[in-house]
This record gives sequence, C-alpha cells and structure tokens, in this order.
Amino acid sequence: MVRIVKKEKLAPLVYRIEVEAPLVARHALAGQFVIVRAGEEGERIPLTVAGCDREKGLISLIFQAVGGSTYALAAKREGEFLADVAGPLGRPSAVEGIGRAAVVGGGVGCAIALPVAARLHELGARVVSVAGFRSREYVLLEREFGAVSDRLIVTTDDGSYGEKGNVCVPLARLLREERFDAVFAVGPLVMMKFVAETTRPFGIKTIASMNPIMIDGTGMCGCCRLSVGGETKFACVDGPEFDAHLIDFDEAIARSRTYAEFERVAREKNCNLLKGVE
Amino acid sequence: MPVQDPSERIRNFSEVALGYDEETAREEARRCIRCKAKPCVSGCPVGVDIPAFLALVAEGKYEEAYAVIRRANALPAATGRVCPQETQCEAKCTRGIRGEPVAIGRIERFVADRHRHNAEKKEPPAGKRVAVIGSGPAGLACAGELAARGFRVTVFEALHLFGGVLVYGIPAFRLPKEVVRREVEALREAGVEFVCDAVIGRSLSVEELFGEGYEAVFLGTGAGLPRFMGIRGENAVGVFSANEFLTRINLMKAYEEGSATPVYPARETIVVGGGNVAMDAARCARRLGARVTVVYRRSEEELPARREEYLHAREEGIAFRFLTNPVEVLTEEGKVCGLRCTETELGEPDASGRRRPVEKAGSAFTLAADCVIMALGTSPNPLLKEAGFQTGKHGEILTDEEGRTSLRGVYAGGDAVTGSATVILAMGAGRRAAMAIAEDLG
Repeated sequence: MVRIVKKEKLAPLVYRIEVEAPLVARHALAGQFVIVRAGEEGERIPLTVAGCDREKGLISLIFQAVGGSTYALAAKREGEFLADVAGPLGRPSAVEGIGRAAVVGGGVGCAIALPVAARLHELGARVVSVAGFRSREYVLLEREFGAVSDRLIVTTDDGSYGEKGNVCVPLARLLREERFDAVFAVGPLVMMKFVAETTRPFGIKTIASMNPIMIDGTGMCGCCRLSVGGETKFACVDGPEFDAHLIDFDEAIARSRTYAEFERVAREKNCNLLKGVE
Repeated sequence: MPVQDPSERIRNFSEVALGYDEETAREEARRCIRCKAKPCVSGCPVGVDIPAFLALVAEGKYEEAYAVIRRANALPAATGRVCPQETQCEAKCTRGIRGEPVAIGRIERFVADRHRHNAEKKEPPAGKRVAVIGSGPAGLACAGELAARGFRVTVFEALHLFGGVLVYGIPAFRLPKEVVRREVEALREAGVEFVCDAVIGRSLSVEELFGEGYEAVFLGTGAGLPRFMGIRGENAVGVFSANEFLTRINLMKAYEEGSATPVYPARETIVVGGGNVAMDAARCARRLGARVTVVYRRSEEELPARREEYLHAREEGIAFRFLTNPVEVLTEEGKVCGLRCTETELGEPDASGRRRPVEKAGSAFTLAADCVIMALGTSPNPLLKEAGFQTGKHGEILTDEEGRTSLRGVYAGGDAVTGSATVILAMGAGRRAAMAIAEDLG
C-alpha cells in the first residue's frame, strides 16, 4: 500500500499526486517510469516519474484521466492509498553529452518532458522548450518549465494562450534559427510523429518517449513492443526513449488503440467515481 | 481421476481435474510395492522420498505424509498438479513395468490439498540473511529450503502477487490461484518474509542488498522477453505473446466480468507453438469463446507439451495443424485477418536432437484468424545483467552445478539459467542452490 501525501489538479482531468515510494525515489532518474495499480483489482498502468524527493522518499506522478484505470486513480483522495507502485523502470533519458537541446512537450506529455528538461539544464545544456496545449485552461507546468529553460515557447491549438498552432510551427522556426544536438519529444503519438517529420530534413537526432500499453513493465509480457528501424523493441526494457526517425508511428498508433472500445466503456463507468471526488 | 466434462469446462476457468477422494488415494497408495531400489525417487528432480509418503498415506497418516513431502518439496499442491510425472517419478515406477505406475502426482496433490495450514506464523529464524529474487518455483523452493535450515529469508517479487509463473502463466483450470496463495502462506508460516513490487536491478541493486546485510542472493528471475518469429505483420493489433495473453487472464483476471484489464475479443484464434504454454494459451482462448487452432511446425510425435494437456485440449475442441509453419501475419487496417503458412516436412535432426522442419516448396496456404498468439518460448530477463555476473550467449546466467554464479555470494537457478523449462526443474535448481548457500555460509 502506497500513501498519497498530496494531490492537486493541474488542468481539466490532469492531476499531480505525490506518493510515498522511498525505493523509487532513491533510484529514479529522468525518463524512468513506475507501474501503478490504483486499487486491489486495478489494472497495471505505466506512469512516468515526474519528480522525486530523495530525502522524504516521495515521488510525484502526473496523469490525465483518459480511461477506466486513470479515472479510478483520479478518484483517489489525498491520504488514501494506492495498491502498488513498482519501479523505477525503463532506461533513463539519454541526456549525457548534449550541449544544446530542444524539448518538446504536448499536453500531459509535458509532465514527462519536464524532468528531461530539468536534467539537461542541471547538466549545463542550453534548453529551449516548446510546450503545446489544446487551449488556455489546459496549460500546465509553465512556471516549472520556465525555471529550467533558457527559452520557453507555449502554444495552444486555438490561440487562447501563447502562440496559436501546434508545436511543430515554432519548432521548425527554432531549427532554422539555431543548431541543436538533440530534440526530445514527449506527447501524443501523432504529435511525436510530426515532430520527427519536422526535424528529419534537418538531420537532428530526435528522441521520442513512448508510452505504449504495458502489463508487467519488467520485460516479461511483450505487450509494449514497437518497430524501430524494422526491429522489434520492448519499450519497458529497451526504452521508453527511441530514435524518433526510426519508429513506426503508424503501427504504434494502431497498437495504442487495441482496446479503444473497452476503454470507452470503462471510462464511462468510472467517470461517476470522479464526480464524487470533485 | 474425475475431471470436469469438456462441454462444461470450456465455459469456465475452474479446475479441470477434480482430485482424489480419501478412499481412492489410500487405495492407490497401497499399490506401491516398496521395491528396494526406489527408482521413483531418482526420477524426482527434488528427490521427494516417495515410498515413505505413500506408506503413510496408505496408513491414513496424511499430515505425516505431508511433512515427508515438504522436506524436499516446498510446493506440493502445485507440483501434484503440474509436474510431468509421466516422464519423471511415475516413468520409473516398478509397477509401471507391467501395467499402470502408481499415480504418485495425484496422491501428492491429495495430501497437499488435505493439509490445513496452522494460522500461527513462525518468527523469522535468527540465522544469516538471504535475499531471494523472484517468487516463482525456483525462488520459493530455495526460500523454503533455506528457512528450514534456519536462515532468515526475504523473497523480493517484481509483480504485485507472489508465485511467478504459477500466478501469471499457468491458468486457474490447471492450478487454482487459491492453491498458490496457500503455498506462499505455508512459507510465510515457516518464517519467510515476502516483499512485492520490488524490481531488483531497478528498485534495489544486488550490491545494495549485500549492503543491507544480506549475505547471499539467489536469482530466480525466470523467463524474460517473449520470442517472436520475426515474420511480417507480427506487431499488428491482435498478435500477442503467450506471456501477455496468459498474464492478462491469469494475473489480471481479464476473463472475469468487470475486470479492469481487458483481453482482446477474438472469434478465431491461432496459437503458434507446441509446448505446455501453447496448450495453456489455446485452452484459455477456447474458454473465452474463440474457435482455436494450434499450429506446430513439427509432427504430433515431437509435440513438447505434456500428453495430458494435449489430450485435454483436443477434448475441448481445439484443432491441431501439425507440420505447419507461419510465414506472415495477414492484416487489414492494422488488425490481424489471417495467418499465411507453409507445410513442412521433417529433415535431419538439429542441435536439439529433434528432426528439423523443412518448408515444402509451393505449399503456402492461408488460415483465417482475428487473433494470433505466439508461444515460442522466452529469452532470459535482461534487468539484472548490470549486476555483472557472467552470462551465456543467449543472456542466460552461467552457474556451476550447484547454482553459484561468477559473483561471490550470488546464486541462480530456474528458467533464468536454463531457459524455459518446467516448474519442478526450477524447484530442483532452487533447492540445490539453497544447499550450496547453506554450505558456503557455513
């Protein structure tokens, strides 16, 4: 049992929780994730570690309620317990030796992009961040991003805040303006696919953080596999970061929708849970 | 032994084999002629004193019989169900020379099921501390043996439930999960401590375990990444490894109404492979309502699955296509719509000693399917490699006969060392390593 010591709402259906997980807090590095089960009969879901306090043994997780299990997680209150948190899993972000980086986050993917930007900043890299959201009310972690970026561009699809448009517009401009050693992209699969297409003509190393469906998360079930450069890779042990120019995004998108119908039903069932909490 | 009727059992996940009643068990135990050579014991990978426990069962002394089995076997209720007795103890039984061997496995199951654990928990022994990584058959056998020898044992498990392949791999209709829970409980009573959600190699390193006061570490991390064929369409929606399919069903209970974890809805499932895992996957798919075909590249004779599992699968209406090899998963809009196969014939024996299947030219044909399950074995788990012990060319951990790795104080056994094998072989390895640990720690 893992206690939730703090819970806050960052945007519509987006939450940050801080939980007691001393072993994870002691070892987690930027880019790694944990497997979480909200309740005793819960699904095992992967969530990236958004931050950790090694002294206090706390980690923070940021997630969006999108399916049955994330709704069930969102329905948990401060002081309540999660059934399980296991990790840290996956390989840490490949941030070493990068002097100039663009970090691109989309929506709740910004929660995963932030620790990468922070780590790069800590290592002395120049960090230019692009954070994209649907509209003003969905903007999150702007202050935090600002603190670890030399430059921050916020975009919204509808133009209600920051630049209007998707992240690829300012990214293309940045790529023409300055030279980067690497571009990190974290967000919806479609966004990462287009980021890869945007950087490809510039020949810049581009890294996407993949978040496929997982069960064990430890290299046993093979559910999280994807094609990278024609080879099958497992996101839980080979990733979650891969060369975005080599990922078969269309396959990954199809695989991410394997249980779309099941998810829709589970979400409808569980969104009532959430109403009781808010 | 009485079994659930096939027409009934394909609609549930309850146990197929119903077990002996007391009278049958005693009568069967009396068939043991107590021959001097005890060949059955030599056929048992953990060396259970079989004639001794059979004699006690014949006298109606079931608790005493249980104690005899437990001295060598930490999981008798599990092995009584899933051991391939027909190639081990029962294959060597003197009564089997003329007629049926004594049904040792079924009697073992009877004794283990009848045993009621006492609720009180023993204090952890005060001896030296040993960390056991993985709570599958190898780890549990190792932990049981060490606890019996007075060591203070902690078992670390990466998943949220204990039992390893006994909970995520073997379906409830062969091994009810309540049975596994009781086996773990029995070890707890013997003083073994259990920690879940601990991914050694990530949550804690092997080095840190030594730093925390453990004097030996046993790695029973089991099978790892599932193997795929490397054919086109294999990552399409609707293609699963047997590990994933079985984990969804067994560990996450996806077959239950209202389960939080989904299982892919399929009407026509093809399982590729011929081992016990393939049989388990096929029989689960059947119970979820699909028509099921098992595709195996060799012939019926080479089928590695236990005879009993194969026959049960056939009774349940599962079709078999032998001498058939998949060459491509056919897809429509990213989803499986069929499996392209070729016929094979058996050529010269390969490294495994089995005749190698060779594709027949021009024999390609298509089987309709909306789900394909690959049951082709696994390669060892990569998570612990960083600990620095020597591994073989397939990533398997290298050990001596007793389970010592190249690192001082680190031992290993089970599928992580041998590749995919059986529950009882892993238990044998766990037990041998426990003895080596006891010897080395003095």
